Amino acid sequence: MRYGSLVEAVGNTPLVGLPTLSPSDDVRLWAKLEDRNPTGSLKDRAAIWMVQQAEKDGLLHPGSTILEPTSGNTGISLAMVARLRGYHLICVLPENTSAERRMLLEMYGATIIPSPAAGGSNQAVAMAKELVAEHPDWVMLYQYGNPAAARAHYETTGPEVLRDCPTVTHFVAGLGTTGTLMGAGRYLREHKPDVQIVAAEPRYGELVYGLRNIDEGFVPELYDPSVLTTRYSVGARDALRRTRQLIESEGIFAGISTGAILQAALGVADKVPAGQRADIVFLVCDGGWKYLSTGAYAGTLEDAEQALEGQLWA
Amino acid sequence: MAIDVRIPTILRQYTGGAKQVEAKGDSLGALIDDLDATHPGLKGRLVTDEGTLHRFVNVYVNDEDVRFTGALDTTLSDGDEVTILPAVAGG
Repeated sequence: MRYGSLVEAVGNTPLVGLPTLSPSDDVRLWAKLEDRNPTGSLKDRAAIWMVQQAEKDGLLHPGSTILEPTSGNTGISLAMVARLRGYHLICVLPENTSAERRMLLEMYGATIIPSPAAGGSNQAVAMAKELVAEHPDWVMLYQYGNPAAARAHYETTGPEVLRDCPTVTHFVAGLGTTGTLMGAGRYLREHKPDVQIVAAEPRYGELVYGLRNIDEGFVPELYDPSVLTTRYSVGARDALRRTRQLIESEGIFAGISTGAILQAALGVADKVPAGQRADIVFLVCDGGWKYLSTGAYAGTLEDAEQALEGQLWA
Repeated sequence: MAIDVRIPTILRQYTGGAKQVEAKGDSLGALIDDLDATHPGLKGRLVTDEGTLHRFVNVYVNDEDVRFTGALDTTLSDGDEVTILPAVAGG
C-alpha cells in the first residue's frame, strides 16, 4: 500500500481471526487491529476527521491553537496531525496516565496541562471547558461531543468491518467518548439490523470516581444508548487477564483496554444459543507499548492489578 | 436471598462508610427499597422522583449495565453482584 502522507494511511486495518480464543467453529472471534494506525491507536480516525472538519468550517488556520481534554491516545493522534499542519496543541491530561503517553505528547511538541488524578477525565473535561472560555481564540475540538468523531467511524470503521466480515453478528468496542460505538454502531445497524452492538467500559479504581457530588457526573454529548444492545463494566483484573491471554494464545500484544473489550466479547460469545453461528468483531484499540511502565505485563495478576490502582489504564 | 452491593465512595455516607453491603430483593427496584430501609436516604440518590435511575448513576448486575436489562425491573438471583458507580468521562 502506498500513501501520499502519514495522515492518509489512517484506517483499513487488518481483521484477524482468533483461532485459539474463539469458543468454537460456529462462534468466532475477530480482532480489528487498530494499533496499525499512524500513531498506533484507534483515535487517529477521530482526530483526523475532527481536524479536517474544523478546517472545512474555517476554524483552524496555520498557527492556530487546539485545546483538548484527553487521557492520552486522542492527544497523541491530534499532536501528530497538528505537527504536520502547523497547529499548536495543548492537552489537558489527567496526572494518572502512563509516562509513555506524556512522553509521546511532548515528543510531538504538544503542551500538557495536568489535571488532578482524583478528578479523572471528568476534571480534565471541566478544566478544558474553563480554559477555552478564557481563551476564545483557542479551538477545542471536543472529542466527547464533536459529531465528526463519530462520523469518522460511521464512514470508515463500520464499512471496513462489514466489508471484511459480511457475516458479522456482534461488534464490540470500548466506551469512553462513545464516538466509536455511536459511529460504527449506527452504520452496522443500518446495514445489518440484527447486529448486536456491545460496549465495554473500563471500571477504574476508586480514586477515579472521587466526585464530590453525583451531579458532577458526566455523560458524553455523543452518547445515544439506543445504538447499543448492551454495555459491560470491566475491572482491571479481568482486563489484565484477557490482555495476557491475547498475547499467550494469539500473539497479539494489546493495550489494557483491549483486554476489557475481549472480556465483553467473550461474555456475549457465551450467550450465543447452541447451534447458532456468530462472528464477533472486536477492536484492538492500541498496542501494549504505551503501558509497559505501568507494570501491567510483569509479575502476577495481583501485582499488575495493584500497580493499576488509581491509574487511567484505558 | 442476600445480594452483595458495592457502594461508591460518594455514597458511603449512607452506609456508615461501608464499601459493600448486603440487601434483599428479586428485582433491582426491590433491592433499592430494601437498601433504603437499612440505609435511609440512599434511594433518593439513585432514583429520581419520576421513578427512573438518576442520569449520572450507573448500576451493573454482574458487570452488565441495568439500563439494557430492564432498569429497575432487572431480576436478581442469589449470588448476583450489584455495583453502583457515578457516571464519569472516559477517553
